[in-house]
Amino acid sequence: MIEWMKYRWLYLLISGTIILAGIFSAIKWGFKIGIDFTGGVVAEYRLESGENKIFRYGPLSTAEADKIRAEFTSQGAQEIRFESVGPSVGPELIKRTVTALVISAGLILLWIAYQFKSFKFGISATLATIHDSLVLLGSFSILGHFFGAEIDFLFVTAMLTILSFSVHDTIVVYDRIRESHKKFGEDFYDLANKAVSGTMVRSLNNSFTIIFMLVGLILLGGETTKWFSVALLIGTVSGTYSSPFVAVPILVTWDQIQKRVKK
Amino acid sequence: MAATIVSLPYGIHFKIGKFSVDKKFDLKLGLDLAGGSHLVFEADMKNISGDRKKEALDGVRNVIERRVNLFGVSEPTVQTSSFEGRDRIIVELPGISDTKQAVSLIGKTAQLLFVEIVEEPAKNNATPSAVLKPTDLTGADLEKAQVVFDSQTGKPAISLQFAKDGGTKFEKITQRNIGKPLPIILDSQIITQPVVQGIISGGQAQITGNFTVDEAKELSIQLNAGALPVPVNLVEERTVGATLGELSVRQSILAGIVGIVMVALFMILSYGALGVVAVLGLFVFAVITISLYKLIPITLTLPGIAGFMLSVGMAVDSNILIFERFKEEKLKRSLTSALEVSFGRAWDSIRDANVATIVTSLILINPMDWTALPLSGPVRGFGITLLLGILISLFTGIFVSRNLLRLFVKDKKND
Repeated sequence: MIEWMKYRWLYLLISGTIILAGIFSAIKWGFKIGIDFTGGVVAEYRLESGENKIFRYGPLSTAEADKIRAEFTSQGAQEIRFESVGPSVGPELIKRTVTALVISAGLILLWIAYQFKSFKFGISATLATIHDSLVLLGSFSILGHFFGAEIDFLFVTAMLTILSFSVHDTIVVYDRIRESHKKFGEDFYDLANKAVSGTMVRSLNNSFTIIFMLVGLILLGGETTKWFSVALLIGTVSGTYSSPFVAVPILVTWDQIQKRVKK
Repeated sequence: MAATIVSLPYGIHFKIGKFSVDKKFDLKLGLDLAGGSHLVFEADMKNISGDRKKEALDGVRNVIERRVNLFGVSEPTVQTSSFEGRDRIIVELPGISDTKQAVSLIGKTAQLLFVEIVEEPAKNNATPSAVLKPTDLTGADLEKAQVVFDSQTGKPAISLQFAKDGGTKFEKITQRNIGKPLPIILDSQIITQPVVQGIISGGQAQITGNFTVDEAKELSIQLNAGALPVPVNLVEERTVGATLGELSVRQSILAGIVGIVMVALFMILSYGALGVVAVLGLFVFAVITISLYKLIPITLTLPGIAGFMLSVGMAVDSNILIFERFKEEKLKRSLTSALEVSFGRAWDSIRDANVATIVTSLILINPMDWTALPLSGPVRGFGITLLLGILISLFTGIFVSRNLLRLFVKDKKND
């Protein structure tokens, strides 16, 4: 059997590098925030030459927007889509999404704590989801700088989904620990190693199926949901990784410290 | 390989083998797929006192609804949303991509007019004719309209309360028009033509007519909306042309098929015969899901399709959990009992794990319309398809594949 928990330093190194790279990018380049939050206009036109082009503006009044649209149409361009969001919409949206994030994270924490009769489980699972959120945010700062990926309302939806997916995966591993704990009552360290081995294939296979669907969406699903699918994909990979390599190591370390303190 | 033809309800045909799909999607499509316009107006409530805001917003919605209907849009939706003192009206117009006209029509402030009928003196040799002449009394002079019951007939009526100046104007108008009808016009439509019985002073009037309580209520709401000049401003617009919508539908179908085929292949390659059972379960999953979309019905949007795709990935997860367990258990006991044990043991983690996703999708759907949470259409669409996907996958992943496997595993034992 592989002694997974022996390599905790390696997992910390991997996660640390990725998260630090994200933080670096966030500080240096910031985020590319979409019009959902900042307000503004995104318009896509098919020009006379047959080429599709996307135009971006800051927030426009109805009259200004009408003027721009009339100009495009008079030049023979065909409107593919036109999105205009006023500056007052964003702050409200931010408040609502933050509330949604906090409520779902809180409920999930309580659910795990209740199911596993210990806040140790709940909190380490929550830390793993925070890890995934940081990875996702950091990657979008990098992707935003190099490829123009935006943080918009769909991104937040992806983040919420990933939160639940990550916990989904973590629960499966925890469940194994709980089950063998009842049966054998061995040392926590060994139980964790066994549980990670026992769920590894399932966890990878499950992620593969989700990754297949998402890759299909990214490559063939069109522009509108492309970055949304990318966000889901990054989250799926990170969520799969974080269950055995973030949540469980934290749990084991916590247990070891607890025992040392008791002694 | 013989082609398997699975006929899904509502005329969708899959043909596996040299697979071809004879799609006939009769599903309800959202604006991003069908093309159309999503408009959000914000009502300017700074002159309205707190307790009348809701009434005013409902009035604005009704006026907008009427205008949209006059505009001739099929299946428009008009909703209101209030959050932290901001009152909004969300208008969805399927199939409309020229929004300029729609916006100006909806965005106009309601105009309430009281008009006199004046006998025009005969010009040349024409017969004298009656002409509608607007008076100086308008919606701006109306303070409040409300439903009352006529003290004599007991029928519902509408009482009008004018502001001070309006009362004086009204007194003069009634003086001029005793015995004549006095049409009330709202948005170029005659709502009612009460006949003036005598001079009315004090700024109070009553419109009696043959309306039901509901009609009177509706009228008073509309009058109030007209009376309260609540300006609305366009704060958000999302317009998708029909061409982009069609393209998105084609792309999503292709992405969905490719994804599902890859998942099916992966399952069969990893689990062999067990994988075939999982794929059968996946087909049942797809059939039930699409039927439910149609039955409920669910308006399908792009994020909704993403939710469906994600739930397909998650649907096979319960199978994977069980099969992995089965691999372990069959080393310890007979095939049939290993099967039962795997289903039993895997169920705990499947249940616990899916509760987390169900909680999140419920927050995304926000079924109680809590204003503190997101109310946006696309996010809700994603949440609904994700939730449905999880619930159906619990059924197909556990119940359907369990029964299929019971048959399958027994056959093997009897060999």
